[in-house]
Amino acid sequence: MVEFALPRNSKIRKGHVHPAPDGAQRPKTFHVYRWDPDSGENPRVDQFTIDLDDCGPMVLDGLIKIKNDVDSTLTFRRSCREGVCGSCAFNVNGRNTLACTTFIEETDGDVKVYPLPHMRVVKDLVPDLNEAYAQYAAIEPWLKTRTPAPERERLQSPEERAQLDGLWECILCFCCTTSCPSYWWNGERYLGPAVLLQAYRFINDSRDEYTGERLDQLEDPFRLYRCHTIMNCTRTCPKGLNPAKAIAEIKKKMVERRV
Amino acid sequence: MRTMRTPMARVRGLGAARDGTGHWWMQKLLSLALIPLTIWFVASVIALAGADHAAVTGWLGNPVAAGLMILLVIATFYHGLLGVQAVVEDYVHNEAAKFALLIGLKGLHIVLGLTGVLAVLTILFQG
Repeated sequence: MVEFALPRNSKIRKGHVHPAPDGAQRPKTFHVYRWDPDSGENPRVDQFTIDLDDCGPMVLDGLIKIKNDVDSTLTFRRSCREGVCGSCAFNVNGRNTLACTTFIEETDGDVKVYPLPHMRVVKDLVPDLNEAYAQYAAIEPWLKTRTPAPERERLQSPEERAQLDGLWECILCFCCTTSCPSYWWNGERYLGPAVLLQAYRFINDSRDEYTGERLDQLEDPFRLYRCHTIMNCTRTCPKGLNPAKAIAEIKKKMVERRV
Repeated sequence: MRTMRTPMARVRGLGAARDGTGHWWMQKLLSLALIPLTIWFVASVIALAGADHAAVTGWLGNPVAAGLMILLVIATFYHGLLGVQAVVEDYVHNEAAKFALLIGLKGLHIVLGLTGVLAVLTILFQG
């Protein structure tokens, strides 16, 4: 649904201010979105000033520093701290990205950390991704064949394997999907760039034998065609992938099979 | 209404409509067609700047000019209809309002387009 203003219970208040520790040489201030479902209060933005000399280089290191030393109730997802798990996806200074691959030094001024936009918030920086995961499961992201399983691997030429480059690297952090205005307005019906890129990963796999059925499942004014090539997805992808191009390739296949 | 449907049930919903490709492809083709038609139209209007009524109707009384003009009118309103349809689908989520708007806009574009085509034909056949 289109929402141009935040609902009353989502309006953000000023939060607590945690000043820099004594003797901090390189202070840096983090503004972090906080919301506790149990408190019944509106969300707030807390300010934490930390000493970069006493902290790792990445935005995720800053958040971990805050959680360890200042406020242990700060809640966020993180795991691999090297850009392969997709857990620590936040909106950092207005751009969806992975906190673990974003240098604190490369942010201008203060660091502002919010949860991924336009998703229900579970707590603090943790968005509810249940529906997005269901959308991913709905495209059946596994190899499907009619030919009985061969004795050995299903073969693929090096050229056919190269067709999957730029697709398999997606880590499903949903930075792209939650940056897409079409997904904000119609996320309950539009699949969004992350899931469509994954759909194309299997449509474009030479070993898959359900290409037509996969296209059938996507051919829908909402599931696929809510993409209006806004390109926020490609701009924001922390892995440098191009979901907008993958979606365009799906649309080309839709035309190709009818002309 | 409270719902206990699973996320998967909500996502699968009513299934794929198997539609949308025609709309998308037609919009691309129409925008391609509108490039030369618009250039031709703008160039013609510039060439006719300051001309009197008789000169303009004389120009549009030529079958080639009238044909291109009819194509321009049809392509413009068809393209415009596809565009506003996408806007309504994007932003209007009340089902009744959406249906009413989609049907109303379709009617409006047909009436406007038809009016333009008939105006050109009137000039072509009656001067």
